[in-house]
Amino acid sequence: MIRTRFRKGPVTRPIALVILFVILIALCFSSIAIGTRNVSWQEILGALQGQMNTMGEAAVTMRLPRTVLAVVAGSALGLSGALMQSVTRNPLADPGILGVNIGAAFFVVIGLAWFGINQLQSYVWLAILGAGITAIFVYFISSLGLGRPTPLKFALAGAATSAALSSFTVAVVLPRNDIAGGANSWQMGGVGGATFDSIQLVLPFLLIGFLMSAVVAKKLNSLALGDDVAAGLGENVAWTRGIAWLSAVLLCGATTAICGPIGFVGLVIPHLCRLLVGVDNRWLLVFSALGGACLLLIADITGRIISRPSELSVGVVTAFIGAPFFIWIVRRQRVKEL
Amino acid sequence: MKNNVNATLSRIKYGRKQRSSRWNCLIVILCLLVMAAFSITLSLGQSFTSPTEVLKVLLGENVPGASFVVGHLRLPRAVISLLVGMSFGMAGVAFQIMLRNPLASPDIIGVSSGTTAAAVFAIIVLNMDGASVAFFSIVMGLLVAISIYALSYRNGAAGTRLILIGIGVSAMIESGIVYLLSQAPAWDRQEALRWLSGSVNSAQLHQALPLLISLLLFGGLLLSRTRDIEALRMGDDTAQSLGVRVGVTRIIVITSSVGLIAVGASITGPIAFVAFLSGPIAMRLIQNNGSLIIPSGLIGACLVMMGDYIGQFLLTSRYPVGVVTGALGAPYLIYLIIRVNRKGGSL
Amino acid sequence: MTLKHQLILDNLTAGYRDKTILKNINIDISPGQITSIIGANACGKSTLLRTMSRLLTPYKGQVLLDGKSIHNAPTRQLAQTLGLLPQSPIAPEGITVGDLVSRGRHPHHGLMSRWSKTDDEAVAKALETTKTTELLDREVDELSGGQRQRVWIAMALAQETDILLLDEPTTFLDVAHQIEVLDLLVELNQSRGTTIVLVLHDLNLASRYSDQLIAMQQGQIFASGTPELVVTEDIIHTVFGLHSHIISDPISGAPMVLPIGRHKRVTSP
Repeated sequence: MIRTRFRKGPVTRPIALVILFVILIALCFSSIAIGTRNVSWQEILGALQGQMNTMGEAAVTMRLPRTVLAVVAGSALGLSGALMQSVTRNPLADPGILGVNIGAAFFVVIGLAWFGINQLQSYVWLAILGAGITAIFVYFISSLGLGRPTPLKFALAGAATSAALSSFTVAVVLPRNDIAGGANSWQMGGVGGATFDSIQLVLPFLLIGFLMSAVVAKKLNSLALGDDVAAGLGENVAWTRGIAWLSAVLLCGATTAICGPIGFVGLVIPHLCRLLVGVDNRWLLVFSALGGACLLLIADITGRIISRPSELSVGVVTAFIGAPFFIWIVRRQRVKEL
Repeated sequence: MKNNVNATLSRIKYGRKQRSSRWNCLIVILCLLVMAAFSITLSLGQSFTSPTEVLKVLLGENVPGASFVVGHLRLPRAVISLLVGMSFGMAGVAFQIMLRNPLASPDIIGVSSGTTAAAVFAIIVLNMDGASVAFFSIVMGLLVAISIYALSYRNGAAGTRLILIGIGVSAMIESGIVYLLSQAPAWDRQEALRWLSGSVNSAQLHQALPLLISLLLFGGLLLSRTRDIEALRMGDDTAQSLGVRVGVTRIIVITSSVGLIAVGASITGPIAFVAFLSGPIAMRLIQNNGSLIIPSGLIGACLVMMGDYIGQFLLTSRYPVGVVTGALGAPYLIYLIIRVNRKGGSL
Repeated sequence: MTLKHQLILDNLTAGYRDKTILKNINIDISPGQITSIIGANACGKSTLLRTMSRLLTPYKGQVLLDGKSIHNAPTRQLAQTLGLLPQSPIAPEGITVGDLVSRGRHPHHGLMSRWSKTDDEAVAKALETTKTTELLDREVDELSGGQRQRVWIAMALAQETDILLLDEPTTFLDVAHQIEVLDLLVELNQSRGTTIVLVLHDLNLASRYSDQLIAMQQGQIFASGTPELVVTEDIIHTVFGLHSHIISDPISGAPMVLPIGRHKRVTSP
């Protein structure tokens, strides 16, 4: 019996996991401490104990939900990207590239404009539905025809669908001055407006998504070898794929519903994590979730710092971090594989 | 044997003649269509103006009632639609042929969004207007195109990489646009949104001049390279072995397409999907009977004029032309993706 | 035939940005003959052909056509002498055979020049030579693999170059069509005196159909010369890592490689 080597790189996976966790905690702390108003240690501690006596404590209390949301949303997005990349065996799979965000936005805008839906509860469903339909649609059309869906077909199908959907969205929004502002601020993608109530609303969806991904993690490893090999190894390919998709869509749909479209987290994080821990999905999914949370926190903090006293929304920040990364991935790939 | 050769020769000649006569025939039909759309735009609106009256107005006579409607409202609209449509159509098809992929039109791979972002920036942040917006967005559009090209350059610029990097760049730019819009005051935002989706509502006759110049300059440049561009359809290697300087041709295509798009977009905004739709439609009509650049320009003109007319008068509320073409383009786009995947084919 | 063009590779080093593939290649291509480049996978065969046909610019050294470097020559002019059929050319959708072959005349036309009788004749001759006249009005998409390859060769012929380079013209073809294509190349070589250089996978076909062989190993030329000189047990072993027995091909008399391998048929029929 040959023992497989676990180690890859300078640290073992458990140690890397601990390090990542520590980084995450540190970032959470910075997210609470950093903002337009400078706060002292006492104020932070006080606010964490539920006091709201000074302006500083009030500010910290305001920052708490957005920090929680950034962690939850970031891990959901990172995980969802990792799942999508595994299922499609496609390095460019990402909720943003797939057009999922725009799909969710389109459904929400329709709900706002035509059905008078303005409660968060209702449009969470709409966003998830929109995200799901768009994701499946893009995947479906890119896998029609000969050969597997190459990254090129995939990205083009996503980009084209996004273009079409955003044109529809504009068509809905244009005659309606009343909803334009809301739709636009939602489209920016942000965690700034978070409240614990809104987080609670999507939490069930996210929990189901996390659980389902935990179930399929191991099965995805055999899927990575190709459908035929996976079937040969005794895996129910359609089932595994279906569950993974569903959980990916739940995760990014629910996130999009409260945060608006946030692109590129699902693309960047799984790639970085793969460099760190290799291709075993059981580790990769955990790392992607943690990494996603870190990235979103960093993006949120950065957005607060660079354009003081106003804020740059996370969606914009992640796009500017993520797009160069996307380009880097494309340049790294060999042309034939595209 | 000699007879045989002669028979072959005449068959070859016949095939060629047939191809060129089909091409000519289709061009005539398309020109007629464009003229029809143009005259409908001039004579039919909220009220009907008879063709004779339209003609009188065009000849400079003062016709009570018609002069203002036709001369000031409809004529600029029709002229700008025509020119912008041609610009977008020609630029789009050149890109699609160059990258051998109908989905790789400038509006999908980021070239258009580059010029758009520049124009939005110029309008909202720099408070520019008119020619300076156009100039600024041409320069920025070119810069975006060049950086996409440079980023995809590795052992030669592969078309696939160019498309993907274009998509990445365009995602970044679009989020920049969203940010810019969010910083703008509410009224500006709605105005910018209208503009972003492409509209000829504010068309004025003097805007035709830069469009005309860019059509002559950049369009002419494209036309002078028709044969080389056509040869690219057989793959870069084959084209090069036929004596086409692939790199030079690419740069010419990129420069002139970006020029055409940027000038057009700086006046009307990027009218969705016109650049994307014209080429494949031209391809269906012309097949392999000749160059696609002129037909695609004519189809682009038709699309813009008809789309504008539909958005103006045939729908419940008034929509800018870009929304109409965007909605028209969507189903076609899906059909195209499916078809391209199935055949794995080029344009 | 008129004066033959000389193609000389002078101290060529080339590759792609990440790695050098060809190292110090020096060889003269024999004019008026058929030369095949052979070698194991990834030994630089295609890279050599691509450099030779100026699709790839070398880092060092040059490819000389009649004493002038092809990488500096005007492309259109060069394309009248040097033709290339790439490994996977793309036929525009729905194009007819006649139209495709006519496109081979591209280098003979400038910005304004009109289609002439000479062009028609060149196309007709190319179609005759490749026996594709019958296919004239058919669409390229609907042809069989062998027919399609003949049509592409016809396009390269219509270009009327004295040197023709082909990158694996027989891949994806079944045995009968491989032979058909190679026979066509020999006829072309004999009737027009065209210098032909091709990359071939099949050793025995290369040996039978070529006047000269170039055996490559790890980006360098290991041996070159007539098939009798190149196809020996030692060279085959070094270049392909294969133990073999060489016999004389009973059909053509060219050397023929019989791989030895580790297993023989165990049971007799």
